[in-house]
Amino acid sequence: MELDPLLLSRIQFAFVVSFHAIFPVFTIGLASYIAVLEGLAFKTENPAWTRLSTFWTKVFAVVFGMGVVSGIVMSFQFGTNWSNFSQATANFLGPMLSYEVVTAFFLEAAFLGVLLFGRDKVPAGVHLFAAVMVAFGTFISSFWILSANSWMQTPAGVELREGIFHVTSWSEAIFNPSFTWRFVHMVMASFLTGGFVVAGVSAWYLLRGREIEANRKALSMCLWMLLIMAPSQAVIGDFHGLNTQEHQPVKVAAMEGNWETDTRVPLLLFALPDQENQTNRFEIGIPGMASLILAHDIDGQVPGLDLVPQEEQPPVMLVFWSFRVMVGLGFLMIGFAIAGLVLRRGGRYAENRWFLQGLRLMSVTPFVAVLSGWFVTEFGRAPWVVYGMMTQAEGLTPSLTGGMALFTLIGYIVVYALVFSAGVYYLMRVLHDGLEARDQEYQSDHPKRPLSAAHVPFEYNEDIVRPGGY
Amino acid sequence: MELFDLALIWAFIIGFGVIMYVLMDGFDLGVGILFPFAPDEESRDVMMNSVAPVWDGNETWLVLGGAGLLAAFPMVYSILLPALYIGVFLMLAGLIFRGVAFEFRFKANTSRYLWNWAFAGGSTVAAFAQGVVVGAYIEGFETANGVYVGGALDWLTPFTVLTGLGLLAGYGLLGATWLVLKTEGDLQQWARRLVTPLLVAVLVVFAIISIWTPFVDSFVRDRWFDHITLIWVFPAFGLFCAWQVFRAIRRHKDGMPFVATMGLFISTYLGLIVSKWPYVVPPNYTLWDASSAYGSQLFLLLGLLFVIPVVLGYTAWTYWVFRGKVRAGEGYH
Repeated sequence: MELDPLLLSRIQFAFVVSFHAIFPVFTIGLASYIAVLEGLAFKTENPAWTRLSTFWTKVFAVVFGMGVVSGIVMSFQFGTNWSNFSQATANFLGPMLSYEVVTAFFLEAAFLGVLLFGRDKVPAGVHLFAAVMVAFGTFISSFWILSANSWMQTPAGVELREGIFHVTSWSEAIFNPSFTWRFVHMVMASFLTGGFVVAGVSAWYLLRGREIEANRKALSMCLWMLLIMAPSQAVIGDFHGLNTQEHQPVKVAAMEGNWETDTRVPLLLFALPDQENQTNRFEIGIPGMASLILAHDIDGQVPGLDLVPQEEQPPVMLVFWSFRVMVGLGFLMIGFAIAGLVLRRGGRYAENRWFLQGLRLMSVTPFVAVLSGWFVTEFGRAPWVVYGMMTQAEGLTPSLTGGMALFTLIGYIVVYALVFSAGVYYLMRVLHDGLEARDQEYQSDHPKRPLSAAHVPFEYNEDIVRPGGY
Repeated sequence: MELFDLALIWAFIIGFGVIMYVLMDGFDLGVGILFPFAPDEESRDVMMNSVAPVWDGNETWLVLGGAGLLAAFPMVYSILLPALYIGVFLMLAGLIFRGVAFEFRFKANTSRYLWNWAFAGGSTVAAFAQGVVVGAYIEGFETANGVYVGGALDWLTPFTVLTGLGLLAGYGLLGATWLVLKTEGDLQQWARRLVTPLLVAVLVVFAIISIWTPFVDSFVRDRWFDHITLIWVFPAFGLFCAWQVFRAIRRHKDGMPFVATMGLFISTYLGLIVSKWPYVVPPNYTLWDASSAYGSQLFLLLGLLFVIPVVLGYTAWTYWVFRGKVRAGEGYH
């Protein structure tokens, strides 16, 4: 069998970017949560806030570390596998990525060091400042990278001359048509992810009767946040979808599994899209509903996949089902957020075992929802890498052979599988140790146990890194 | 219209970013390279802690190198990365393992030794791969119409293996002198004893490379021997720095060996640049050939003028926060 470097590179990019995406999407939300906790700790001096902050910072450190190392891969991936794309788009994407590095990555890296290891080395206010800077850095980072991504979806402010994109208007290119909705949608997704993970972990501790007071506070905070965020996300998602319909109608057609541009189009609840025959099998739908949602009129027109020739269509099955998974999980999140409000009377939200068990299970759903959402938007623009202007095939590295691409694809899968399993394993250990881990550390000022002792907590760093003159 | 030669300014910025990366990640990679040879597990804890708060920022310079090249010299980015495809993968895999080892090692109990090896192995592979890149750069790349047309393993030659080993020793030296600066007691003694052998190894490899390079690359040969009066400044300054390292170690200075090793790196680096100038994708393309659009270079430059000083400011501040000797806690003695 002939190894196709294009297909292998696409699989590789999808794999490394999906793997990378799950970490920042969590840390963006979590960084803000930690900054809030640090702020509360600074203002109220209630030890519960410091304990929560210390604990979640530990989780943050592990996840952020994995995000950093998988992010370094991303900055080289464009060049190794997509060198023609890099060469062509460098005039715009180069400055975007560089601004991300200098305005966000350095900020996060420098202040994370202080946040993790500097609690005893800097005044409390400076430590809080470091937490805020880390959170701020994550937003700046999303700004640039989502602008870059949105530009690839809805290119603007550029002209193509001799195969190279030249920027004609920076503001149009940066604030391209799909950027605003995508940015808001993604930031909300990050908050939902952080919120559901913190809620799930707090629920788990409450179920086991651990650190009731602090975890109750944490859960309560999360539920208020989710109550606002989860329904808002549905509204924003709708606007984002309408924006996509305007600029990338074929993607919306794939999301809806709609083969022919038509009026009174049903909203499909279930279908197996059959790309070869350009039709759906086993359709179950609500008549006219898709028209109502997308055109806000039951007789409104909905774009179909027949807008473009078959070879310019995205993989419909994948886009169609990814979209349903994302939306389905979104509604489930709204359900939990509302249940949290209902259970507030009498504080049952922190006692009802069904609810807490449910929240525990919900903690993985935001990751699935986020990845599905990215599958929708990224596979939905296939075969284009820069929508309507440059195809994925045109962007590929010319010297790349199938064998080389296969070698690194397997390599990344092996490396990431090892790192991910270890990461989850150690994360589980941090969660298992919980907030209590910190107390043991505080009680024994100078731990006497030898290093080979079974338990070596993370704060170990703070204890042994001490200032002193040369 | 084009008021300044932005390509030239950008060459300085990228050049600055690369040497910042080499010096800063160099010492923390070096600490990783020396890791397996550390006297005991307690020393390894201190070694790792000496770089834990700063390694992430150090590695960010590499990301800036990648993104900056894409922005200012996209041709370099889009030729070098395909040409070094397998090598880049190995470097990234190495950086991944050593990066996660920081977090994982302190949480591991029985699997601790695995992360010791991940840290050491990852650092060693990454350092070697970077050295190979330097060698491949000296040898040049096979290109046509601005695109790499060579094979998958063109970068792997006896010459590049030697430069790989050279950088391995060089980073090891940076790591050892960093430990002399940041630690005390037995660990510092151990690091101090390593400096001279590593320095000798570096000088031997540099000498072989210097003799070999003119045979590999006629451009460099002509440049060296045509400008013989000027070009020798760099190796001379390098040797002066090497002598300073040696002297400072004998006099039991803590800070000077590290500073002088950085000097050695800088002089070697400048020597390399001057030898190749103005080619950024040897042997065919100069920095002007490889430039992105004037407007793009300008757009990024204007921002960087404000941002980079701030970045340098708070980076320096974090080093200041974590200044001084890194010690094992009282309870661990």
